[in-house]
Amino acid sequence: MKVTKEDLQNVAVLSRLAIAEDQEEKYLGQLDKILTYMDNLSALDTTDVKPTTYALPMQNVFREDVVKESLGREAALANAPLKEDGYFKVPKVLED
Amino acid sequence: MKYEAVIGLEIHCELKTKTKIFCGCATTFGADQNTHVCPVCLGMPGVLPTINKRVVEFGIKAGLATNCEINKYSKFDRKNYYYPDLPKNWQTSQYDLPIAEHGWVDIDVEGKKKRIRLTRIHMEEDAGKLVHSGTTIKDSASSNVDYNRTGVPLLEIVSEPDMSSAEEARAYMEKIKSIMEYIDVSNCRMEEGNLRADINVSLRPVGSKELGTRTEMKNINSFKNLEDAINYEIERQEEVLEDGGHIVQETRTFDPARGITLSMRSKENAHDYRYMPEPDLPPIVTSEETIEKYRSELPELPDARRARLEQEYGLSEYDAGIITSSRAMAEYFDAVIADGADPKLAANWIMGDLSKELNAEGIDISKSPVDAKRLGEMIQLIMKDTISGKIAKKVFKEMLTNPDSPEKIVKDKGLVQITDTKAIEGIVDEVIANNQKAVDDYKGGNKKAIGALVGQVMKASKGKANPQMVNKLLAEKLNG
Repeated sequence: MKVTKEDLQNVAVLSRLAIAEDQEEKYLGQLDKILTYMDNLSALDTTDVKPTTYALPMQNVFREDVVKESLGREAALANAPLKEDGYFKVPKVLED
Repeated sequence: MKYEAVIGLEIHCELKTKTKIFCGCATTFGADQNTHVCPVCLGMPGVLPTINKRVVEFGIKAGLATNCEINKYSKFDRKNYYYPDLPKNWQTSQYDLPIAEHGWVDIDVEGKKKRIRLTRIHMEEDAGKLVHSGTTIKDSASSNVDYNRTGVPLLEIVSEPDMSSAEEARAYMEKIKSIMEYIDVSNCRMEEGNLRADINVSLRPVGSKELGTRTEMKNINSFKNLEDAINYEIERQEEVLEDGGHIVQETRTFDPARGITLSMRSKENAHDYRYMPEPDLPPIVTSEETIEKYRSELPELPDARRARLEQEYGLSEYDAGIITSSRAMAEYFDAVIADGADPKLAANWIMGDLSKELNAEGIDISKSPVDAKRLGEMIQLIMKDTISGKIAKKVFKEMLTNPDSPEKIVKDKGLVQITDTKAIEGIVDEVIANNQKAVDDYKGGNKKAIGALVGQVMKASKGKANPQMVNKLLAEKLNG
Protein backbone atom coordinates (compact mmCIF):
# COMPACT_ATOMS: atom_id res chain seq x y z
CA MET A 1 0.00 0.00 0.00
CA LYS A 2 1.29 3.41 -0.97
CA VAL A 3 -1.23 5.31 1.12
CA THR A 4 -2.11 4.93 4.77
CA LYS A 5 -5.45 5.49 6.42
CA GLU A 6 -4.01 8.70 7.91
CA ASP A 7 -3.11 9.97 4.44
CA LEU A 8 -6.62 9.33 3.26
CA GLN A 9 -8.19 11.08 6.24
CA ASN A 10 -5.85 14.03 5.88
CA VAL A 11 -6.61 14.47 2.19
CA ALA A 12 -10.31 14.17 2.93
CA VAL A 13 -10.13 16.91 5.56
CA LEU A 14 -8.11 19.19 3.24
CA SER A 15 -10.70 18.67 0.53
CA ARG A 16 -13.63 19.09 2.92
CA LEU A 17 -14.91 15.61 2.10
CA ALA A 18 -16.66 13.37 4.58
CA ILE A 19 -15.73 9.76 4.06
CA ALA A 20 -17.68 7.16 5.99
CA GLU A 21 -15.57 4.68 7.89
CA ASP A 22 -16.91 1.68 5.95
CA GLN A 23 -15.91 3.40 2.71
CA GLU A 24 -12.30 3.96 3.68
CA GLU A 25 -10.99 0.61 2.42
CA LYS A 26 -12.61 1.18 -0.96
CA TYR A 27 -11.02 4.62 -1.44
CA LEU A 28 -7.66 3.43 -0.13
CA GLY A 29 -7.66 0.78 -2.80
CA GLN A 30 -8.53 3.27 -5.52
CA LEU A 31 -5.90 5.79 -4.48
CA ASP A 32 -3.32 3.04 -4.32
CA LYS A 33 -4.15 1.95 -7.86
CA ILE A 34 -3.78 5.51 -9.17
CA LEU A 35 -0.42 5.98 -7.51
CA THR A 36 0.83 2.60 -8.69
CA TYR A 37 -0.22 3.54 -12.21
CA MET A 38 1.76 6.78 -11.95
CA ASP A 39 4.80 4.65 -11.14
CA ASN A 40 4.82 3.62 -14.78
CA LEU A 41 6.31 7.05 -15.52
CA SER A 42 9.36 6.22 -13.44
CA ALA A 43 10.13 3.42 -15.84
CA LEU A 44 10.86 5.96 -18.58
CA ASP A 45 14.38 7.23 -19.10
CA THR A 46 14.15 11.02 -18.65
CA THR A 47 17.87 11.79 -18.60
CA ASP A 48 17.66 14.10 -21.61
CA VAL A 49 14.22 15.51 -20.91
CA LYS A 50 14.23 19.01 -19.49
CA PRO A 51 11.91 19.54 -16.51
CA THR A 52 8.84 21.56 -17.36
CA THR A 53 6.08 23.25 -15.46
CA TYR A 54 3.82 23.74 -18.44
CA ALA A 55 2.84 21.18 -21.00
CA LEU A 56 2.03 23.34 -24.03
CA PRO A 57 4.53 25.24 -26.23
CA MET A 58 3.14 28.60 -25.17
CA GLN A 59 4.39 31.56 -23.17
CA ASN A 60 3.58 35.22 -22.53
CA VAL A 61 -0.10 35.09 -23.31
CA PHE A 62 -1.21 38.51 -22.11
CA ARG A 63 -4.14 40.87 -22.38
CA GLU A 64 -4.05 44.66 -22.44
CA ASP A 65 -5.31 46.50 -19.37
CA VAL A 66 -8.65 47.47 -20.89
CA VAL A 67 -11.93 47.37 -18.98
CA LYS A 68 -14.61 45.03 -20.28
CA GLU A 69 -18.21 44.88 -19.22
CA SER A 70 -18.84 42.84 -16.10
CA LEU A 71 -21.57 40.29 -15.67
CA GLY A 72 -24.14 42.32 -13.77
CA ARG A 73 -25.18 41.47 -10.27
CA GLU A 74 -28.37 39.65 -11.10
CA ALA A 75 -26.65 37.24 -13.47
CA ALA A 76 -23.75 36.80 -11.05
CA LEU A 77 -26.07 35.80 -8.23
CA ALA A 78 -28.50 33.78 -10.36
CA ASN A 79 -27.18 30.38 -9.29
CA ALA A 80 -26.19 31.24 -5.75
CA PRO A 81 -27.80 28.83 -3.25
CA LEU A 82 -28.16 31.70 -0.76
CA LYS A 83 -28.11 35.44 -1.32
CA GLU A 84 -28.92 38.60 0.61
CA ASP A 85 -28.92 42.29 -0.38
CA GLY A 86 -26.84 41.66 -3.49
CA TYR A 87 -24.33 39.49 -1.63
CA PHE A 88 -23.57 35.80 -1.81
CA LYS A 89 -24.59 34.48 1.59
CA VAL A 90 -22.50 31.77 3.22
CA PRO A 91 -22.95 29.80 6.46
CA LYS A 92 -20.81 30.34 9.53
CA VAL A 93 -17.17 30.68 8.47
CA LEU A 94 -15.26 29.67 11.59
CA GLU A 95 -16.25 26.63 13.61
CA ASP A 96 -16.62 26.99 17.36
CA MET B 1 16.03 36.63 30.64
CA LYS B 2 16.44 39.36 28.03
CA TYR B 3 14.65 38.68 24.76
CA GLU B 4 14.96 40.19 21.33
CA ALA B 5 12.14 40.31 18.81
CA VAL B 6 12.46 38.87 15.33
CA ILE B 7 9.98 40.42 12.91
CA GLY B 8 9.18 39.73 9.28
CA LEU B 9 6.55 41.37 7.11
CA GLU B 10 4.48 40.20 4.17
CA ILE B 11 3.16 43.35 2.56
CA HIS B 12 0.24 43.12 0.19
CA CYS B 13 0.17 45.96 -2.28
CA GLU B 14 -2.83 46.43 -4.57
CA LEU B 15 -1.75 47.52 -8.02
CA LYS B 16 -3.31 50.52 -9.77
CA THR B 17 -4.31 48.75 -12.94
CA LYS B 18 -7.62 49.56 -14.57
CA THR B 19 -8.64 45.92 -14.66
CA LYS B 20 -8.25 42.77 -12.62
CA ILE B 21 -5.30 40.43 -12.98
CA PHE B 22 -6.99 37.73 -15.09
CA CYS B 23 -10.13 39.39 -16.49
CA GLY B 24 -11.42 42.73 -17.77
CA CYS B 25 -13.51 43.65 -14.72
CA ALA B 26 -12.81 47.14 -13.36
CA THR B 27 -10.83 47.52 -10.13
CA THR B 28 -12.54 50.72 -8.98
CA PHE B 29 -12.81 50.93 -5.19
CA GLY B 30 -16.18 51.35 -3.51
CA ALA B 31 -18.50 50.03 -6.25
CA ASP B 32 -21.80 48.39 -5.25
CA GLN B 33 -21.33 44.80 -4.11
CA ASN B 34 -20.91 42.15 -6.80
CA THR B 35 -21.12 44.55 -9.74
CA HIS B 36 -17.47 44.14 -10.86
CA VAL B 37 -17.58 40.41 -11.35
CA CYS B 38 -17.57 38.08 -14.33
CA PRO B 39 -17.37 34.33 -14.96
CA VAL B 40 -13.55 34.42 -14.73
CA CYS B 41 -13.21 36.10 -11.33
CA LEU B 42 -16.23 34.21 -9.99
CA GLY B 43 -14.42 30.99 -10.84
CA MET B 44 -17.14 29.54 -13.07
CA PRO B 45 -16.28 26.21 -14.70
CA GLY B 46 -14.69 26.30 -18.12
CA VAL B 47 -13.46 29.90 -18.13
CA LEU B 48 -10.01 30.89 -19.31
CA PRO B 49 -8.08 33.51 -17.33
CA THR B 50 -5.58 35.72 -19.20
CA ILE B 51 -2.73 37.62 -17.55
CA ASN B 52 -2.97 41.42 -17.48
CA LYS B 53 0.26 42.63 -19.11
CA ARG B 54 0.47 45.67 -16.80
CA VAL B 55 0.60 43.45 -13.73
CA VAL B 56 3.76 41.78 -15.01
CA GLU B 57 5.26 45.18 -15.85
CA PHE B 58 4.45 46.47 -12.35
CA GLY B 59 5.84 43.31 -10.74
CA ILE B 60 9.12 43.64 -12.60
CA LYS B 61 9.38 47.36 -11.83
CA ALA B 62 8.71 46.73 -8.13
CA GLY B 63 11.43 44.09 -8.18
CA LEU B 64 13.94 46.39 -9.86
CA ALA B 65 13.15 49.26 -7.49
CA THR B 66 13.86 47.03 -4.48
CA ASN B 67 17.14 45.60 -5.80
CA CYS B 68 15.69 42.19 -6.62
CA GLU B 69 16.76 39.73 -9.28
CA ILE B 70 14.04 39.27 -11.88
CA ASN B 71 13.16 35.70 -12.69
CA LYS B 72 13.26 35.41 -16.46
CA TYR B 73 11.07 32.34 -16.24
CA SER B 74 8.15 32.85 -13.92
CA LYS B 75 4.82 31.09 -13.53
CA PHE B 76 1.57 31.08 -11.60
CA ASP B 77 0.45 28.37 -9.20
CA ARG B 78 -2.72 27.42 -7.41
CA LYS B 79 -2.70 27.81 -3.66
CA ASN B 80 -5.51 25.63 -2.40
CA TYR B 81 -7.57 26.60 0.60
CA TYR B 82 -11.18 26.82 1.57
CA TYR B 83 -12.46 30.16 2.57
CA PRO B 84 -15.53 31.87 1.12
CA ASP B 85 -13.60 35.00 0.02
CA LEU B 86 -12.24 32.88 -2.86
CA PRO B 87 -14.92 31.47 -5.14
CA LYS B 88 -12.57 28.92 -6.78
CA ASN B 89 -11.23 27.39 -3.53
CA TRP B 90 -7.76 28.32 -4.64
CA GLN B 91 -5.92 31.56 -4.97
CA THR B 92 -3.96 32.02 -8.15
CA SER B 93 -0.55 33.02 -6.84
CA GLN B 94 3.11 32.21 -7.41
CA TYR B 95 5.02 29.50 -5.58
CA ASP B 96 8.53 28.50 -6.60
CA LEU B 97 9.17 30.91 -9.48
CA PRO B 98 8.01 34.34 -8.33
CA ILE B 99 8.61 37.33 -10.58
CA ALA B 100 11.37 38.76 -8.34
CA GLU B 101 13.65 37.50 -5.55
CA HIS B 102 16.59 38.38 -3.31
CA GLY B 103 16.24 42.16 -2.93
CA TRP B 104 16.79 44.69 -0.18
CA VAL B 105 15.87 48.17 0.99
CA ASP B 106 17.63 50.39 3.51
CA ILE B 107 15.79 51.89 6.45
CA ASP B 108 16.71 54.56 8.93
CA VAL B 109 15.61 54.48 12.55
CA GLU B 110 16.83 57.28 14.79
CA GLY B 111 19.82 57.86 12.60
CA LYS B 112 20.78 54.19 12.47
CA LYS B 113 20.83 52.64 9.00
CA LYS B 114 19.77 49.04 8.53
CA ARG B 115 19.42 46.87 5.46
CA ILE B 116 16.25 44.78 5.30
CA ARG B 117 16.42 41.88 2.88
CA LEU B 118 13.51 40.98 0.64
CA THR B 119 12.90 37.29 0.16
CA ARG B 120 10.66 37.67 -2.85
CA ILE B 121 7.93 39.57 -4.64
CA HIS B 122 5.17 37.61 -6.25
CA MET B 123 2.00 38.42 -8.17
CA GLU B 124 -1.38 37.13 -7.07
CA GLU B 125 -5.07 37.89 -7.01
CA ASP B 126 -6.78 39.59 -4.10
CA ALA B 127 -9.70 37.88 -2.38
CA GLY B 128 -13.26 39.10 -1.86
CA LYS B 129 -14.70 40.88 1.14
CA LEU B 130 -16.77 39.27 3.86
CA VAL B 131 -19.44 41.14 5.76
CA HIS B 132 -20.29 39.23 8.91
CA SER B 133 -23.80 39.16 10.34
CA GLY B 134 -22.51 39.50 13.92
CA THR B 135 -19.90 41.81 15.36
CA THR B 136 -17.01 39.40 14.77
CA ILE B 137 -16.40 36.45 12.51
CA LYS B 138 -16.73 34.12 15.46
CA ASP B 139 -20.16 35.15 16.65
CA SER B 140 -21.67 35.38 13.15
CA ALA B 141 -24.22 32.79 12.10
CA SER B 142 -23.61 33.73 8.47
CA SER B 143 -21.54 36.04 6.31
CA ASN B 144 -22.19 37.94 3.11
CA VAL B 145 -19.61 37.95 0.34
CA ASP B 146 -18.76 40.69 -2.14
CA TYR B 147 -16.47 39.45 -4.92
CA ASN B 148 -15.64 42.86 -6.42
CA ARG B 149 -12.14 42.72 -4.95
CA THR B 150 -11.59 39.12 -6.03
CA GLY B 151 -8.98 39.19 -8.78
CA VAL B 152 -7.70 42.69 -8.13
CA PRO B 153 -3.95 42.38 -8.74
CA LEU B 154 -1.64 42.27 -5.74
CA LEU B 155 2.06 42.15 -5.21
CA GLU B 156 3.07 40.28 -2.10
CA ILE B 157 6.38 41.62 -0.89
CA VAL B 158 7.98 39.23 1.59
CA SER B 159 10.81 40.37 3.84
CA GLU B 160 13.36 38.27 5.66
CA PRO B 161 12.89 38.37 9.46
CA ASP B 162 15.41 41.22 9.65
CA MET B 163 13.56 43.65 11.90
CA SER B 164 13.77 43.69 15.66
CA SER B 165 11.39 46.43 16.77
CA ALA B 166 8.04 48.00 15.93
CA GLU B 167 9.89 51.16 14.84
CA GLU B 168 12.00 49.22 12.34
CA ALA B 169 8.94 47.42 10.99
CA ARG B 170 7.22 50.75 10.53
CA ALA B 171 10.23 52.32 8.83
CA TYR B 172 10.43 49.32 6.50
CA MET B 173 6.76 49.51 5.57
CA GLU B 174 7.03 53.26 5.05
CA LYS B 175 9.97 52.68 2.73
CA ILE B 176 8.08 50.08 0.70
CA LYS B 177 5.07 52.41 0.50
CA SER B 178 7.25 55.26 -0.63
CA ILE B 179 8.95 53.16 -3.33
CA MET B 180 5.64 51.81 -4.65
CA GLU B 181 4.30 55.37 -4.83
CA TYR B 182 7.40 56.62 -6.62
CA ILE B 183 7.29 53.94 -9.30
CA ASP B 184 3.55 54.57 -9.59
CA VAL B 185 2.35 50.98 -9.36
CA SER B 186 -0.04 51.43 -6.43
CA ASN B 187 -2.13 54.16 -4.87
CA CYS B 188 -0.93 52.88 -1.49
CA ARG B 189 -4.05 54.21 0.23
CA MET B 190 -3.94 52.27 3.45
CA GLU B 191 -7.44 53.34 4.47
CA GLU B 192 -8.74 51.65 1.30
CA GLY B 193 -6.70 48.52 1.96
CA ASN B 194 -4.29 49.16 -0.94
CA LEU B 195 -1.43 48.37 1.37
CA ARG B 196 -1.67 45.92 4.25
CA ALA B 197 0.72 43.72 6.11
CA ASP B 198 0.84 40.29 7.67
CA ILE B 199 3.29 40.44 10.56
CA ASN B 200 5.33 37.54 11.91
CA VAL B 201 6.71 38.01 15.39
CA SER B 202 8.84 35.70 17.52
CA LEU B 203 11.18 36.16 20.45
CA ARG B 204 14.55 34.64 21.24
CA PRO B 205 17.05 35.15 24.04
CA VAL B 206 19.41 38.00 23.19
CA GLY B 207 22.45 36.59 21.45
CA SER B 208 20.74 33.37 20.37
CA LYS B 209 20.79 32.54 16.67
CA GLU B 210 17.88 30.14 16.80
CA LEU B 211 14.42 31.42 15.89
CA GLY B 212 11.62 31.08 18.40
CA THR B 213 8.05 30.04 17.61
CA ARG B 214 6.25 32.79 15.75
CA THR B 215 2.72 34.09 15.63
CA GLU B 216 1.14 35.86 12.70
CA MET B 217 -1.14 38.89 12.63
CA LYS B 218 -2.95 39.34 9.34
CA ASN B 219 -4.26 42.36 7.43
CA ILE B 220 -2.80 45.19 9.47
CA ASN B 221 -3.78 48.31 7.56
CA SER B 222 -2.28 51.31 9.34
CA PHE B 223 1.15 52.24 10.64
CA LYS B 224 -0.27 52.79 14.10
CA ASN B 225 -1.89 49.34 14.19
CA LEU B 226 1.35 47.85 12.90
CA GLU B 227 3.33 49.32 15.78
CA ASP B 228 0.65 48.60 18.38
CA ALA B 229 0.19 44.98 17.27
CA ILE B 230 3.94 44.31 17.33
CA ASN B 231 4.50 45.96 20.70
CA TYR B 232 1.58 44.11 22.22
CA GLU B 233 2.69 40.79 20.77
CA ILE B 234 6.28 41.24 22.01
CA GLU B 235 5.00 41.96 25.49
CA ARG B 236 2.55 39.06 25.44
CA GLN B 237 5.14 36.54 24.25
CA GLU B 238 7.64 37.81 26.82
CA GLU B 239 5.14 37.18 29.59
CA VAL B 240 4.32 33.69 28.34
CA LEU B 241 8.01 32.78 28.14
CA GLU B 242 8.83 34.33 31.51
CA ASP B 243 6.09 32.25 33.09
CA GLY B 244 7.76 29.14 31.69
CA GLY B 245 5.15 28.66 28.98
CA HIS B 246 5.67 28.18 25.29
CA ILE B 247 4.34 30.12 22.29
CA VAL B 248 1.72 28.42 20.14
CA GLN B 249 2.28 28.89 16.44
CA GLU B 250 -0.99 30.46 15.35
CA THR B 251 -2.72 33.29 13.56
CA ARG B 252 -3.96 36.04 15.83
CA THR B 253 -6.19 39.02 15.08
CA PHE B 254 -5.36 42.50 16.24
CA ASP B 255 -8.19 44.43 17.87
CA PRO B 256 -7.33 48.12 17.38
CA ALA B 257 -10.04 49.29 19.78
CA ARG B 258 -8.49 47.39 22.68
CA GLY B 259 -4.92 47.39 21.39
CA ILE B 260 -4.51 43.65 21.90
CA THR B 261 -4.08 40.54 19.78
CA LEU B 262 -6.42 37.57 20.13
CA SER B 263 -6.07 33.96 19.15
CA MET B 264 -8.27 33.00 16.18
CA ARG B 265 -8.48 29.44 17.58
CA SER B 266 -9.49 28.10 14.19
CA LYS B 267 -9.39 24.33 13.97
CA GLU B 268 -7.61 24.55 10.65
CA ASN B 269 -5.02 21.83 10.14
CA ALA B 270 -1.44 22.84 9.72
CA HIS B 271 -1.38 24.73 6.43
CA ASP B 272 -1.15 22.47 3.47
CA TYR B 273 -1.82 24.57 0.43
CA ARG B 274 -0.97 21.76 -2.00
CA TYR B 275 0.47 24.21 -4.52
CA MET B 276 0.30 23.08 -8.11
CA PRO B 277 1.28 24.82 -11.34
CA GLU B 278 -1.66 26.74 -12.81
CA PRO B 279 -2.46 24.85 -16.01
CA ASP B 280 -4.59 27.67 -17.47
CA LEU B 281 -1.80 30.27 -17.48
CA PRO B 282 1.26 29.87 -19.69
CA PRO B 283 4.59 30.85 -18.12
CA ILE B 284 6.00 34.37 -18.27
CA VAL B 285 9.32 34.61 -20.03
CA THR B 286 11.06 37.97 -19.76
CA SER B 287 14.03 38.99 -21.87
CA GLU B 288 16.98 41.03 -20.66
CA GLU B 289 15.85 43.67 -23.12
CA THR B 290 12.40 43.99 -21.54
CA ILE B 291 13.90 44.15 -18.06
CA GLU B 292 16.25 46.95 -19.15
CA LYS B 293 13.39 48.81 -20.81
CA TYR B 294 11.41 48.75 -17.56
CA ARG B 295 14.51 49.74 -15.62
CA SER B 296 14.99 52.78 -17.87
CA GLU B 297 11.39 53.83 -17.18
CA LEU B 298 11.90 53.93 -13.41
CA PRO B 299 11.92 57.40 -11.88
CA GLU B 300 14.51 58.62 -9.41
CA LEU B 301 13.85 56.58 -6.26
CA PRO B 302 13.44 57.94 -2.70
CA ASP B 303 16.99 57.17 -1.51
CA ALA B 304 18.62 58.72 -4.59
CA ARG B 305 16.35 61.74 -4.44
CA ARG B 306 17.12 62.25 -0.78
CA ALA B 307 20.86 62.11 -1.46
CA ARG B 308 20.45 64.61 -4.29
CA LEU B 309 18.53 67.06 -2.09
CA GLU B 310 21.30 66.85 0.51
CA GLN B 311 24.11 67.33 -1.95
CA GLU B 312 22.62 69.84 -4.38
CA TYR B 313 20.70 72.00 -1.97
CA GLY B 314 22.44 71.41 1.33
CA LEU B 315 19.31 70.12 3.07
CA SER B 316 19.90 68.16 6.26
CA GLU B 317 19.54 64.39 6.08
CA TYR B 318 16.42 64.63 8.21
CA ASP B 319 14.76 67.34 6.11
CA ALA B 320 15.65 65.62 2.85
CA GLY B 321 14.22 62.39 4.25
CA ILE B 322 10.89 64.01 5.09
CA ILE B 323 10.62 65.88 1.80
CA THR B 324 11.32 62.74 -0.24
CA SER B 325 9.25 60.31 1.82
CA SER B 326 6.35 60.86 -0.53
CA ARG B 327 6.70 61.43 -4.22
CA ALA B 328 4.00 64.10 -4.14
CA MET B 329 5.90 66.15 -1.56
CA ALA B 330 9.20 65.74 -3.39
CA GLU B 331 7.58 66.98 -6.58
CA TYR B 332 5.97 69.89 -4.76
CA PHE B 333 9.39 70.83 -3.39
CA ASP B 334 10.97 70.72 -6.86
CA ALA B 335 8.19 72.94 -8.19
CA VAL B 336 8.60 75.46 -5.35
CA ILE B 337 12.29 75.96 -6.04
CA ALA B 338 11.95 75.78 -9.84
CA ASP B 339 11.75 79.58 -10.21
CA GLY B 340 14.55 80.39 -7.82
CA ALA B 341 13.13 80.09 -4.30
CA ASP B 342 15.76 79.20 -1.70
CA PRO B 343 15.71 75.39 -1.14
CA LYS B 344 16.25 75.54 2.61
CA LEU B 345 13.48 78.10 3.05
CA ALA B 346 11.28 75.99 0.79
CA ALA B 347 11.92 72.88 2.89
CA ASN B 348 11.14 74.78 6.09
CA TRP B 349 7.89 76.15 4.76
CA ILE B 350 6.77 72.80 3.34
CA MET B 351 7.57 70.86 6.51
CA GLY B 352 6.33 73.63 8.79
CA ASP B 353 3.35 75.83 8.03
CA LEU B 354 2.21 73.97 4.93
CA SER B 355 2.29 70.46 6.39
CA LYS B 356 0.65 71.67 9.59
CA GLU B 357 -2.18 73.18 7.60
CA LEU B 358 -2.59 70.17 5.27
CA ASN B 359 -2.51 67.67 8.13
CA ALA B 360 -5.06 69.63 10.11
CA GLU B 361 -7.40 69.78 7.14
CA GLY B 362 -6.61 66.27 5.90
CA ILE B 363 -5.66 67.54 2.45
CA ASP B 364 -3.14 65.81 0.20
CA ILE B 365 -0.22 68.02 -0.80
CA SER B 366 -1.07 67.55 -4.48
CA LYS B 367 -4.34 69.38 -3.75
CA SER B 368 -2.82 72.09 -1.55
CA PRO B 369 -4.75 75.38 -1.61
CA VAL B 370 -1.35 77.08 -1.83
CA ASP B 371 0.20 75.61 -4.95
CA ALA B 372 3.94 75.22 -5.35
CA LYS B 373 4.28 78.18 -7.69
CA ARG B 374 2.67 80.63 -5.27
CA LEU B 375 4.66 79.33 -2.30
CA GLY B 376 7.80 79.81 -4.43
CA GLU B 377 6.77 83.40 -5.16
CA MET B 378 6.16 84.09 -1.50
CA ILE B 379 9.56 82.73 -0.55
CA GLN B 380 11.12 85.01 -3.13
CA LEU B 381 9.42 87.97 -1.46
CA ILE B 382 11.19 86.97 1.76
CA MET B 383 14.48 86.62 -0.11
CA LYS B 384 14.08 90.11 -1.59
CA ASP B 385 13.32 91.56 1.87
CA THR B 386 9.91 92.66 0.63
CA ILE B 387 8.44 90.87 3.64
CA SER B 388 9.97 89.45 6.80
CA GLY B 389 9.63 85.82 7.83
CA LYS B 390 7.11 86.85 10.43
CA ILE B 391 4.95 88.78 8.00
CA ALA B 392 5.24 85.83 5.61
CA LYS B 393 3.27 83.74 8.07
CA LYS B 394 0.43 86.24 7.76
CA VAL B 395 0.69 86.24 3.99
CA PHE B 396 0.68 82.44 3.95
CA LYS B 397 -2.47 82.28 6.09
CA GLU B 398 -4.16 84.70 3.70
CA MET B 399 -3.05 82.62 0.69
CA LEU B 400 -4.89 79.58 2.04
CA THR B 401 -8.20 81.21 1.22
CA ASN B 402 -7.14 83.95 -1.20
CA PRO B 403 -6.09 82.79 -4.67
CA ASP B 404 -4.28 86.06 -5.48
CA SER B 405 -0.54 86.13 -6.02
CA PRO B 406 1.46 86.69 -2.83
CA GLU B 407 2.74 89.94 -4.28
CA LYS B 408 -0.78 91.27 -4.70
CA ILE B 409 -1.78 90.11 -1.23
CA VAL B 410 1.23 91.89 0.31
CA LYS B 411 0.33 95.07 -1.56
CA ASP B 412 -3.43 94.91 -0.86
CA LYS B 413 -2.94 94.25 2.83
CA GLY B 414 -0.16 96.82 3.20
CA LEU B 415 2.31 94.24 4.45
CA VAL B 416 5.36 95.46 2.56
CA GLN B 417 8.38 95.51 4.84
CA ILE B 418 9.72 98.92 5.81
CA THR B 419 13.30 99.08 4.60
CA ASP B 420 13.43 102.84 4.43
CA THR B 421 16.14 103.84 6.92
CA LYS B 422 14.52 107.19 7.70
CA ALA B 423 11.18 105.63 8.55
CA ILE B 424 12.72 103.00 10.79
CA GLU B 425 14.98 105.56 12.43
CA GLY B 426 11.93 107.57 13.47
CA ILE B 427 10.39 104.59 15.21
CA VAL B 428 13.71 103.62 16.79
CA ASP B 429 14.17 107.12 18.26
CA GLU B 430 10.69 107.06 19.66
CA VAL B 431 11.17 103.64 21.27
CA ILE B 432 14.49 104.70 22.81
CA ALA B 433 12.85 107.77 24.26
CA ASN B 434 9.96 105.82 25.76
CA ASN B 435 11.91 102.88 27.21
CA GLN B 436 14.50 104.45 29.43
CA LYS B 437 14.81 101.41 31.66
CA ALA B 438 15.75 99.00 28.86
CA VAL B 439 18.16 101.59 27.48
CA ASP B 440 19.83 101.96 30.88
CA ASP B 441 20.03 98.17 31.28
CA TYR B 442 21.70 97.87 27.92
CA LYS B 443 24.15 100.63 28.62
CA GLY B 444 24.79 99.11 32.03
CA GLY B 445 26.13 95.98 30.33
CA ASN B 446 23.02 93.85 29.92
CA LYS B 447 23.32 93.39 26.14
CA LYS B 448 20.23 91.20 26.13
CA ALA B 449 18.07 94.22 26.89
CA ILE B 450 18.26 95.15 23.23
CA GLY B 451 15.81 92.32 22.55
CA ALA B 452 13.01 94.13 24.35
CA LEU B 453 13.71 97.28 22.34
CA VAL B 454 13.71 95.41 19.03
CA GLY B 455 10.39 93.93 20.06
CA GLN B 456 8.97 97.39 20.74
CA VAL B 457 10.11 98.69 17.36
CA MET B 458 8.61 95.70 15.58
CA LYS B 459 5.37 96.17 17.47
CA ALA B 460 5.22 99.86 16.68
CA SER B 461 5.79 99.11 12.99
CA LYS B 462 3.11 96.39 13.06
CA GLY B 463 5.80 93.83 12.26
CA LYS B 464 6.71 95.50 9.02
CA ALA B 465 10.11 96.92 9.90
CA ASN B 466 13.05 94.92 8.57
CA PRO B 467 14.38 93.17 11.70
CA GLN B 468 18.05 93.26 10.62
CA MET B 469 17.88 97.00 10.04
CA VAL B 470 16.13 97.55 13.36
CA ASN B 471 18.88 95.64 15.14
CA LYS B 472 21.59 97.55 13.36
CA LEU B 473 20.08 100.99 13.93
CA LEU B 474 19.34 100.32 17.58
CA ALA B 475 22.87 99.10 18.23
CA GLU B 476 24.34 102.13 16.47
CA LYS B 477 22.23 104.58 18.45
CA LEU B 478 22.74 102.90 21.83
CA ASN B 479 26.47 102.48 21.38
CA GLY B 480 27.01 105.84 19.71
